[in-house]
Amino acid sequence: MEREVRVWDNLKRDTEERMKKVAHLVEEGKVVKAENTVALLEGVIKPGDKVNLEGNNQKQADFLAECLCEVDPKKIYDLHMVQSVVSLKSHLDVFEKGIAKKLDFSFSGPQAGRLADFVRDGKLELGAIHTYLELFGRYYADLVPKVALIVAFEADKEGNLYTGFNTEDTPIIVEATKFKQGIVIAQVNKIVDKVPRVDIPADWVDFVIQSPKNFYIEPLFTRDPGLITDTQILMGMMALKGVYAEYGVQSMNHGIGFFTAAIELMLPTYAEELGLKGKICSYFALNPHPTMIPAIESGWVKNIHCFGGELGMEKYVAARSDVFFIGPDGTLRSNRAYSQAAGHYAMDMFIGGTLQIDKYGNSSTATANRVAGFGGAPNMGCDAKGRRHSSDAWLKCGLEYGMQEALLGKMPRGKKLVVQMQETFKEKMDPAFVDELDAWKLQKNANLDIPPVMVYSDDVTHYITEEGIAYFHKCVDMKEKMAAIRAIAGYTEIGLQAKEEETMDLRKRGIVKTPEDLGIDVTRANRSMLAAKNIKELVEWSGGLYNPPARFRNW
Amino acid sequence: MALNELNFKYKVENPQSIAKEYSHLGVVGSGDLEVLMEKKDFGGGAEVKVVTPVTGFDKVWEMVVTKFVKGNNLGDLLIEINDNNATPVVVSMRLRQALAEANKIEKGGE
Repeated sequence: MEREVRVWDNLKRDTEERMKKVAHLVEEGKVVKAENTVALLEGVIKPGDKVNLEGNNQKQADFLAECLCEVDPKKIYDLHMVQSVVSLKSHLDVFEKGIAKKLDFSFSGPQAGRLADFVRDGKLELGAIHTYLELFGRYYADLVPKVALIVAFEADKEGNLYTGFNTEDTPIIVEATKFKQGIVIAQVNKIVDKVPRVDIPADWVDFVIQSPKNFYIEPLFTRDPGLITDTQILMGMMALKGVYAEYGVQSMNHGIGFFTAAIELMLPTYAEELGLKGKICSYFALNPHPTMIPAIESGWVKNIHCFGGELGMEKYVAARSDVFFIGPDGTLRSNRAYSQAAGHYAMDMFIGGTLQIDKYGNSSTATANRVAGFGGAPNMGCDAKGRRHSSDAWLKCGLEYGMQEALLGKMPRGKKLVVQMQETFKEKMDPAFVDELDAWKLQKNANLDIPPVMVYSDDVTHYITEEGIAYFHKCVDMKEKMAAIRAIAGYTEIGLQAKEEETMDLRKRGIVKTPEDLGIDVTRANRSMLAAKNIKELVEWSGGLYNPPARFRNW
Repeated sequence: MALNELNFKYKVENPQSIAKEYSHLGVVGSGDLEVLMEKKDFGGGAEVKVVTPVTGFDKVWEMVVTKFVKGNNLGDLLIEINDNNATPVVVSMRLRQALAEANKIEKGGE
């Protein structure tokens, strides 16, 4: 019998061919000069390739992104970009120029409006908007990058990389690319003789380029305590008393906004007064939020694992190795994938803000004309169904779950706390509670398969507005959930539909609690509650170790 | 900018005025407001005057103010609100804070 001879290493042969074409561009070791970057990209990338451009809501491979925009669109076109975020102008310029065609991503901040225009005008074919681990997972299934354009602080000539404080997404991208015979190109701030620590080993990296200027990092997680409002303080007090204390929540992820910044700054004050020290907030999956400094310094926190770095927090974090994850070289190693995994499986609570909540309790930050995705923290706004270990908070929330028996029969199971905070009205009298989410309009405008919902109603356990807390998970059906939403929706159209007796009944049964029900003195909700009232006081708390970026230095 | 003036009058059962003769809370910063409360002999009634640059939300103002006055059984009281685009959230909170401030009995001798 004759057997067909099949080739099983096409990917490897293809890569070898590409590598040969650019061999002449390599100086010593794996070093390519910055001015040869465009030629390198034109040599290793082929039309239709899946290309990963590293960048997240923190660090950016900005030089490689700009170089990719300069390749000849006659030679390189129809690229399928797979990347965590779309946040630089260049990220969309590659589509404008016809170099790239399709996009799969997770988050777009500043470019969200332009991205929506591109989708509508047919300049860009949108694959899907993902949560982070979901996108990372697809790097190992149907979205394996052929070429990864990544970023590190330092490299040696052999290609060992130091990603340090801002390691973030790099390991998971490089592993997917390199082990499927792909090509890894790194831009670095500096080529050195010896890196402080090897974050990515040299044989996983094909080329290193010293970029003309240091890569861009966005200080996305810095919140100036000076901007925290009394309403945010009130809602923070409600959260601490009605959720943190009520469930004894020990492990959590905090969202990025002012609500959680207020909570962080009230741990050494209000939470201390409530006698909660040691009983809540010991473990975090969290970026190095500057607003955590007073709580850390007051001995509240045992452990923080970071998704990424935060500009200005390098020295402070390095000096607190009992709390943060510090390498043998003395600097932090962040890792977005691991922190996300911890956020899903090891944390009892996700708490953060949202923008819009519909009458069913679905919430989204999507607006009609911005394809924004969902950022880091909201990725964890769900109950990871694979969880099997128990904790007090998780068990209590499960015991209270109104639909538990309908779904499981008589079987105990815990539930992760997913807490959404939102004032009933946003600026300019824009109501936060709506009949239908703007996500539906966006679905039409951007031609998406489904409306981009950030947190689904069946994952939310608690909604907090200035009117009260809805213990949403206690509801037995959608009818009751809708009544609970109305009860805390204030003077919005949705809130005005609340029926007095229905709301009273929910309050009696502990499904809705007002600040008064919680025993909170509303008059105390003012800025004297905050352990630090401005950035300068955060610097003082840190003993001078926190070095805020210039734009936050207003003294 | 033309300012919108709203006036509301109430008469509740067993009305309560404030402890102080006169009380003031808040600043007319952007998105905020000031609340002035003054004890008045209105024969048990309460009067509320709102000055706001916002138009089209008279109904919401009425609901916020009504809930506050009725919920706290207020009477023999003049409330003046000078608003600068505060949301109902902020209005409700400032009113509650203003009432608490107006009911603080000054302690002497410390």
